Amino acid sequence: MAGPLTVDVVAPDRVLWSGTAERLIAPTVEGEIGLLTGHEPVLSVLRAGTVRVRGGADGDAEFAIDGGFVSFDHDIVTVVVEPVVATGEAGETAAH
Amino acid sequence: MAGQQRVYRQKIRATSSLKKIFRAMELIAASRIGKARLRVEHATPYTRAITRAISAVAAHSSVDHPLTTARTDTGRAAVLVISADRGMAGAYSANVIREAERLRGRLQADGKEIVQFAAGRRAVSYYAFRRRELAGQWTGASDAPDRETAREMARALFERFQASKEDGGVDEIYIVGTRFISMVTQQSQVLRLLPLEIVEGVEETEEGEIEPLYDFEPSAEQVLDALLPRYIESRIFGSLLHCAASELASRQRAMNTATSNAEDIIRNYTRLANQARQAEITQEISEIVSGADALAAS
Repeated sequence: MAGPLTVDVVAPDRVLWSGTAERLIAPTVEGEIGLLTGHEPVLSVLRAGTVRVRGGADGDAEFAIDGGFVSFDHDIVTVVVEPVVATGEAGETAAH
Repeated sequence: MAGQQRVYRQKIRATSSLKKIFRAMELIAASRIGKARLRVEHATPYTRAITRAISAVAAHSSVDHPLTTARTDTGRAAVLVISADRGMAGAYSANVIREAERLRGRLQADGKEIVQFAAGRRAVSYYAFRRRELAGQWTGASDAPDRETAREMARALFERFQASKEDGGVDEIYIVGTRFISMVTQQSQVLRLLPLEIVEGVEETEEGEIEPLYDFEPSAEQVLDALLPRYIESRIFGSLLHCAASELASRQRAMNTATSNAEDIIRNYTRLANQARQAEITQEISEIVSGADALAAS
């Protein structure tokens, strides 16, 4: 299997999460989309829901979102979320 | 003679109270600029992500959308000028307005009619003084812009772009603002917002590589529809943040210069005052001595 995904989760005023992860699950307007390495390039509009990052270098993360979009190209995922309320970052135990 | 001294003393007092004001303004600007720079940095990834996505759609799909196709039916162009609310920032606002006037000349030479928008009290009063009509104006938060203002501006501009010719629709949207490059360099610039001008960040397909087939969900048109307002808003907000940081940097620099000028003036006046005092003393002594001489001679 190819290397991990490069994930960036950005909000209008800051970068919420940045790093590498194995998997990303996002709620698109047509249903949940799960992205692994080697996925075809996709650009998709998101609805309200939860973006989940799994298998990150420093744990998993979840973000509650009101909308946004996700773009995937060459194993680089950019999730643009708008406006967002960060929920508890699951799996991140004693990182701080 | 004593009057001369008093005049100098007065000037010194006045200049030193001005100096205090300049110093305070400088410190205020300096304390705010860190935050403004941080906001620019934090907002950049978002703007970049949206621009990349837009470029990807433009490059990988063949949909007919206002974003990708130029409109030429109205013969009008909207120009948004972003300036400062207050002065005391050197040539900051003047530079932006000069750039805007240059753009205006260029567009008018092309036979376009200008629909003027202005942000910041300086630009608003400039156009009000010249009795030019403003299609929209925003004042009051030039050094700390918020998203609400950006959203309002985006809505006003986008409405113009979508409106028909009769309702005052426009072909193009320009933003004239200042780009914050570093603490010492700020460049006033013209940015064409719509139709899309820059296609940056889209990777060139290497030779032999098949152009990736993008999958748009739900469809390219709908993706564009969802992206477009965000794109405009984020570009405007990004510009506002850049302008705020530039304004503060200009103000800090201008006030720093003003403070050292005030110091120079105080030094000069102190010398003149000392000279005047010395001259007065010398004269008094010579008067006394010659008076005594006259008495001794008689």
